[in-house]
Amino acid sequence: MTMTLQNLAKDQPLLSVQGLSKSYGTRIGCADISFDLFPGEVMGIVGESGSGKSTLLSCMAGHMAPDAGRVIFDTASGPRDTVQMAEAERRRMARTDWAFVHQNPRDGLRMGVSAGGNVGERLMAVGARHYGDIRDTATDWLGRVEIAADRIDDRPRAFSGGMQQRLQIARNLVTGPRLVFMDEPTGGLDVSVQARLLDLLRGLVREMGLSAIIVTHDLAVVRLLADRLMVMKDGHVVEQGLTDQVLDDPQHAYTQLLVSSVLQV
Amino acid sequence: MTDQAYNFAYLDEQTKRMIRRAILKGVAVPGYQVPFASREMPMPYGWGTGGVQVTAACLVPEDRLKVIDQGADDTTNAVSIRKFFQRVAGVAVTEATQEATLIQTRHRIPDTSLSAGQILVYQVPIPEPLRFLEPRESETRKMHELEDYGLMHVKLYEDIARHGQIATSYAYPVKVEDRYVMDPSPIPKFDNPKLSNSPALQLFGAGREQRIYALPPFTHVVSLDFDDHPFVPSKADHACDLCDASDSYLDEVIIDDQGGRMFVCSDTDYCGGRRAAGHVGRLGEEAI
Repeated sequence: MTMTLQNLAKDQPLLSVQGLSKSYGTRIGCADISFDLFPGEVMGIVGESGSGKSTLLSCMAGHMAPDAGRVIFDTASGPRDTVQMAEAERRRMARTDWAFVHQNPRDGLRMGVSAGGNVGERLMAVGARHYGDIRDTATDWLGRVEIAADRIDDRPRAFSGGMQQRLQIARNLVTGPRLVFMDEPTGGLDVSVQARLLDLLRGLVREMGLSAIIVTHDLAVVRLLADRLMVMKDGHVVEQGLTDQVLDDPQHAYTQLLVSSVLQV
Repeated sequence: MTDQAYNFAYLDEQTKRMIRRAILKGVAVPGYQVPFASREMPMPYGWGTGGVQVTAACLVPEDRLKVIDQGADDTTNAVSIRKFFQRVAGVAVTEATQEATLIQTRHRIPDTSLSAGQILVYQVPIPEPLRFLEPRESETRKMHELEDYGLMHVKLYEDIARHGQIATSYAYPVKVEDRYVMDPSPIPKFDNPKLSNSPALQLFGAGREQRIYALPPFTHVVSLDFDDHPFVPSKADHACDLCDASDSYLDEVIIDDQGGRMFVCSDTDYCGGRRAAGHVGRLGEEAI
């Protein structure tokens, strides 16, 4: 019985993007993008700089208003078009059901507020009013992203780049979101730190059953994390499919170029 | 002679009309910061230009005005503003809280409880309670609009994490009628409970920041806190050394070079009234 219910639930996409377009004057940001994301699925979006990946992500996450199209999210009260939603409702959803991990942790963190305060902010925003509980949850989450508990009262300024990024992830996941948007989560980190971060992300995504959309130009990141892959060029999707399939057997000329451009060590 | 060149209460009638409209809007939406076209006043910003404009807009010739600064009637700021209105409006003035119909205040609420029909005007330096947490005005307005006040508690959280308790001791943020978070101006948090359910009308004017907000009589005002760190209206743990009052807000005064100190009521009218009624504190007899 539970199985059938779960299967039924999985038949419904968590996020359904339909004909999303955004242009900056005459220049195209992204054009006519459509796809479905199912619960527990991780979708990678790759492409070179200027291909419209970040524009697409901002439009989906509600940071930017798209010119056309619909972004339908499976809310607690059924599927809703988030583009048409009132801003108050969208913000409430953005701090409960959604999470957004910025490329630069400085954009996603409050640099003047301690690590514990950063993790606790979303809790307090949704109504947590018990200091002890907030602190316990923050300590627990710092542990889950491998930050020592005695750093809880330090400001993010005192953290290394990798730690800041992990703190940003903790801050976003603390309210148990169902969908995470990530914009180049490993950008600007050296490879050994990247590897640990990817390991951590992969663990959290599996453990919490998160759905995620990861925008990156690093093919290794999507190879590790993403179930499905979308390749963008000049604002259009040129190829999409299972990650391994796209990377091992690229069909479109641009994807072939992209895959062959990766440096081999 | 030149005094005749001024309109009653300094401002011209159209300006007063504009300010009254802002006040009415503020009264209609308690705690909401109403923008208004603040005028240059013949005193520097920071001296209470917002409060003076609100007072000027509310004054009628029959009013009896009281002006206090940090509770005292005889400090520079209070004296100059009182003189100003005596000169440009010719209204009666008083130092007795009960007799005043309009009280302009800086940083205190009188310890004598207010009554219906009185107006209390606050001078506000920074009306936006979220300002030091979120520098963008466009964003703070949006946060008020959407009741997105999680950040305010982050500030209190940081206080407890760093100091073990809520260390904010003045300008302590309050929530008005379960809707707007409001800066009560830099009054000590000891005064916060007096904001709630006051029979007097409370008006807040910020001249430099061009905002007016209001608490109509009997408005429900709650100081923000945590369940396990409740709001405490703190004061110095002494009785007044002049009038022996244990329920008033105290100033600490250094009285000699040997570290001697005394605690006295910051509200001079309240202290004077108690001494006149025969209450004597620890150092009271010497003072009289």
